[in-house]
Amino acid sequence: MDFDTIIQILDSAVRLMTPLLLACLAGLYSERSGVFDIGLEGKMLMAAFTAAAVAYATGNPWLGLLAGIAGSTALSLIHGLASITFMGNQLISGVAINFLASGMTVLLGQKIFGLGGRTPSLTEGGRFGEITLPFADTIREVPFIGPIYAELLSGHTALVYVAFACVPLTWWILSRTRFGLRLRAVGENPASVDTAGVSVTRLRFAAVAICGVLCGLAGAYLATGLSAGFVKEMTAGRGFIALAALIFAKWRPWSALFATFLFGLLEAIANRYPNLDLGVVTIPSMFMNALPYILTVIILAGFVGRAIPPRAGGEPYVKER
Amino acid sequence: MTLVKTLFASSALATLASGVAMADPALIYDLGGKFDKSFNEAAYNGAKRWTEETGGSYKELEMQSEAQREQALRRLAETGANPIVMTGFAFSDVLTKIAPDYPDTKFAIIDMVVDQPNVQSVVFTEEQGSYLAGVMAGVKSETDVVGFIGGMDIPLIHKFECGYAQGFKSIKPEGKVLINYTGTTPAAWNDPVKGSELAKAQKSQGADVIYAAAGGTGIGVLQAAADEGILSVGVDSNQNHLHPGQVLTSMVKRVDNAVYDAFLAGTDLEPGVKVMDLAAGGVGVAIDDNNQALITPDVQAALDDAAAKIQSGEIEVHDYMADSSCPVQ
Repeated sequence: MDFDTIIQILDSAVRLMTPLLLACLAGLYSERSGVFDIGLEGKMLMAAFTAAAVAYATGNPWLGLLAGIAGSTALSLIHGLASITFMGNQLISGVAINFLASGMTVLLGQKIFGLGGRTPSLTEGGRFGEITLPFADTIREVPFIGPIYAELLSGHTALVYVAFACVPLTWWILSRTRFGLRLRAVGENPASVDTAGVSVTRLRFAAVAICGVLCGLAGAYLATGLSAGFVKEMTAGRGFIALAALIFAKWRPWSALFATFLFGLLEAIANRYPNLDLGVVTIPSMFMNALPYILTVIILAGFVGRAIPPRAGGEPYVKER
Repeated sequence: MTLVKTLFASSALATLASGVAMADPALIYDLGGKFDKSFNEAAYNGAKRWTEETGGSYKELEMQSEAQREQALRRLAETGANPIVMTGFAFSDVLTKIAPDYPDTKFAIIDMVVDQPNVQSVVFTEEQGSYLAGVMAGVKSETDVVGFIGGMDIPLIHKFECGYAQGFKSIKPEGKVLINYTGTTPAAWNDPVKGSELAKAQKSQGADVIYAAAGGTGIGVLQAAADEGILSVGVDSNQNHLHPGQVLTSMVKRVDNAVYDAFLAGTDLEPGVKVMDLAAGGVGVAIDDNNQALITPDVQAALDDAAAKIQSGEIEVHDYMADSSCPVQ
């Protein structure tokens, strides 16, 4: 395995981890505020569809992105309405959202485009182009640093950089702002936040809305960044892998970056080497693809540290009377 | 006794009613979905052609999950649809179980052999069509490395892979075929993101022609190949138009003809195995305005040569499903 190959694999890992990272951070906001969200998959799917449909209609990926965010946030608010306002079961609401998105995207797609839920392929203008960072071409020839800069860091779509910027931003919001402190508190002990005179409902809705925006970015990236259009069920379980990554990361932003990178890297390696020959044993790609889940189970089982979810997670807050 | 009588009468009535509504053929699409731009869409096109030509109507049903298969099949059989055509190997177990329960209904299954007296099994010699695609890739490849991306990892798709590899090796014996499968679950048919990532990985390993036999995932493969400036090969339906000038060809499987023939035969559908091979026009490579410029005389010559030899039996393309192994790697 030479240097170029490693760069190519890392480059692929960055592309593959981006939707996971965005969805993982989305889940992080929601779950840190005490609202479990297994509807990440559905929201990404809806965002992918609306983004692709609008980007196709307008020829502008940024409008598509806005539509993606709108589609995903709408589902988020439904989740919020069901689980915060009406105090329904958060898991059931999440499952319902997944089903709703899975059915709605195909139905709307068929109704609008008549291609069986697919959107037409986006042309060059309707997709996010690759951004070449400054001086990428001039320092390409510099050994070691050149390829890293020109191949690995440069040449991704705008949403990749947005996703990476979201990590320090999330860390800063959660641990350095008043809003973040309250958000975390509402996930641990909503009664005390309520006693302090802060609205639990409003905080949780804010968190769920942020979750919708981030899922919207993730979905739009899938449909208009990585591929060129929507195909039914195109999220292919990425929302659930993001949830696994969230647990793996123990609900922390920097760990989320690491966890999603690890999952992306495993997939990139599996793509590159369908049968990874380690000399002694040959690892089939199925094992590599299953590894994120296996790792998550190991973490959950408490073998490597413990993953403790926010204490008030999953429970609707009922005000004392 | 009265109850039994009533039941008897009502069931007789039901039979009568269904007898009136009968003779409408039915088509069941597999999980890929009706408009997958590929296999199922080809079936739909065949049914559409039948409707346009005969003015008849047919019932159709799209599978949503594995669990529906038996229910869907029984429902259609109960309503008196005849013949019932289903696309996809995945129906074989269910059909084997159900066919004896409806001896008067004719079934046709595409891509699998089901040995029942009222079932027509339509099989395609995908290895022959894929061989031709491999030959074209072999002539076109400048790096002597080509790629294959399969959908779900199942024997049927290995059949495509093996035929392709044989065709490629017949032109470039020392060349290399990179092989990837998208996954092991039905989700692997609908993951264009992974398809495009696999295509990029193959490109970075030197592949300059990539054959996608992967349903909806293939859309991502073709897209990535076009973005990266290399050639791709579509599958099942003619996909040349998706990226004009950048799709070398499409290995077409005339599923539409199979459906059309079955619908046309109606209740007289002949049971047994029907082989749609190269000679019968069941498989082939698509050449149209979109890829005409890519078909240089040397490609055409190699193609004609291989096709003639396959039809005359001089070249026998190995069928992976015969012994679950491929002579070339």
